[in-house]
Amino acid sequence: MSAAEAAALHPDSVIEVSHVTLRFGGVTSLSDVTLQQNRGEILSVIGPNGAGKTSLFNCLTCVYAPQEGSIVYYRPGGESVAVLGRKPNQVNLLGIARTFQTSRLFNALTTFENVKIGVEARQHTGPIGAVLRLPRTRREEKEGDERAFELLDFVGLRAQSNVLASSLPFGAQRRLEIARALGTGPQLLLLDEPAAGGNHAEKAELERLIRRVNVELGVSVLLIEHDMRLVMAIAQRVVVLNFGRVIASGTPREVQRDPAVVEAYLGTPKERE
Amino acid sequence: MSVHEGPSRLNRLRDSRDFRRLGACVFGMLVLALVTGPEGIQGNPTYGVIQSWLRPRVVGFLIAAVVLWALMTFWGRLSGRIRAEVVEVADVGRRLFESRLPRFGTYLLLIVLAVLLPQILSGTWQEITVDQIGTYVLLALGLNVVVGFAGLLDLGYIAFYLIGAYSTAYWSGALPVQPPFDLNPFFIIPFAVLAAMLTGVILGTPTLRLRGDYLAIVTLGFGEIIQIVATNLQGVTGGAEGVIGIRHFSVNLFGVRYAWPVGATANLPYYYLLLGFVVVALVIFHLLEHSRVGRAWTAIREDEVAAAACGINPLKYKIMAFAIGASTSGFAGVLFASKIGFIDPTEFSVQMSILVLILVVFGGQGSLAGALVGAAFIQWGQNFLRVLNVGWYNEQDLYVYLGGLLVVMMIFRPQGVLPSRRRSREIGLAEHGIGTADAMSAGETAP
Repeated sequence: MSAAEAAALHPDSVIEVSHVTLRFGGVTSLSDVTLQQNRGEILSVIGPNGAGKTSLFNCLTCVYAPQEGSIVYYRPGGESVAVLGRKPNQVNLLGIARTFQTSRLFNALTTFENVKIGVEARQHTGPIGAVLRLPRTRREEKEGDERAFELLDFVGLRAQSNVLASSLPFGAQRRLEIARALGTGPQLLLLDEPAAGGNHAEKAELERLIRRVNVELGVSVLLIEHDMRLVMAIAQRVVVLNFGRVIASGTPREVQRDPAVVEAYLGTPKERE
Repeated sequence: MSVHEGPSRLNRLRDSRDFRRLGACVFGMLVLALVTGPEGIQGNPTYGVIQSWLRPRVVGFLIAAVVLWALMTFWGRLSGRIRAEVVEVADVGRRLFESRLPRFGTYLLLIVLAVLLPQILSGTWQEITVDQIGTYVLLALGLNVVVGFAGLLDLGYIAFYLIGAYSTAYWSGALPVQPPFDLNPFFIIPFAVLAAMLTGVILGTPTLRLRGDYLAIVTLGFGEIIQIVATNLQGVTGGAEGVIGIRHFSVNLFGVRYAWPVGATANLPYYYLLLGFVVVALVIFHLLEHSRVGRAWTAIREDEVAAAACGINPLKYKIMAFAIGASTSGFAGVLFASKIGFIDPTEFSVQMSILVLILVVFGGQGSLAGALVGAAFIQWGQNFLRVLNVGWYNEQDLYVYLGGLLVVMMIFRPQGVLPSRRRSREIGLAEHGIGTADAMSAGETAP
């Protein structure tokens, strides 16, 4: 399917993954994966451990280069852009930001500095501007500070802005990572198991935060999550991966009833005996 | 004590800080015993070792080691209280320093001191201050951008110094190959710096894509290549005999005429020139460190994968740091060559690259004050011992002492004498297994 055809099929897509296959030597991590996300949607990717969820994220952000298939991103105007073949930093500037399964904050920097680095992704100050303190540099510094504080307010970490990222509690680190990703001004936010390891209160807070990111900021969210309650509560659609293949997709309700999904999670009746 | 208790106790002892400290003390003293011992004899390779270690004199060194260890341990117990006081005072100082007026006051005072200092020095020390301290401070500041800010291990740093120096020789018309036109030494600076920077970019573009130790190996090889080329390319560089007659700085602009003198009287004028440039370099690097560029460097150093996910192009910023370091090195090369007026390839050995790296690591990676103080202190100490001509110090043993110093530093103060706050946090976190202290070992690699 060409990009133009795909766009015609789904006029409101934000991203389309077509027939992506990723192999590491003899191991096939993703096999003919096709999925599509609408603009403004919260789409969740679920599946047992090792199903290829994080590999999919790494393909979307060009950390891995799949051997086959294509990934097309749509800018807000509807213009289609091929994702594959770019560098991770270029993918970010397209408008796809991500968090990591084990959070990768800049641990020796403060909460504020972490977000500021995200905000600075779209700024232009270079070494000459920085040394000469050109008007643009000063303006960008000021705007960057304001935006970073806004985002810290948004995720509720304003009070901890001068605290080292590494000394934040677990849930706060997750929220900081989301704030940093939002700082880069994404259209699509990829969240890799944001609730993993969190307690009940943290999960509830996270659920509210993801909703607000989606509704208030209008950012589409692609969510990898193991916590089914969270997925069922916020995802509009769910895609299920198992052994690198899409085995089901649909609304949370449909997916829950799908026999293939039940089998993937609980095993076949024979195995269960 | 039962048999079962034995090994676990031994393990606990081995893991304990005191024991490591004792090991370091004994090791240091054994090295000291070796370097102060009698010289080796040809045909009897173990003579030096046997005479230093298996003779009664080694007992004195071992006793000294134990005494040193006891002092340090005792001091450690005692210092808890003292340290708390010091931290309190330091905090007051820091808070004072964070407000503008006292800070700029301190800077101004330091500059005034630096201006007045050489006036009270003897001729020898004036020369050392320029050739050995000032130049190396500039070199250390430049390498600090590469190693400290961006976290890249550059072992061929002196190659750029060589390029700067030989560019100066070229534009002075001192090389066998003649320049296309005549240049005043001040106008040589941009050409030489550009040459060093371009070399840095050309070398960096393919190699900085690599992670890990590859960069260190490539730069090490590059340093060797450049030095060997300078030695053997006789028709272009003048070969092993070196180059003489490099032009000194002079100004002839808007009626101001001044020529930097030659020989013994050259020290003071060059000192002030160098001081000016060091201050400019400090200001530039300080502004860079606290800008978008500096934060990008920190991000890459800490976690390259996360930095790329934040839209930072790691390659671009690494090349930038590498090129800035290279140009500083080239710049120092111009000053050095035009002051001395004579250069030869042996002055640009790989050992020099290591020395500058030691200055930066000793002072504190990523800290401007650290690079400055570290370079000034080690270079001062080294020359102090040389000039003083003390019996136990032999100039050829310099790297033994520096190596010992680094070993001790890595055990007790890995972040350096005057660390940057960010860097010491990183090292502290890395010791607790959170993250890595440099970009060299960070992250996963894409297939």
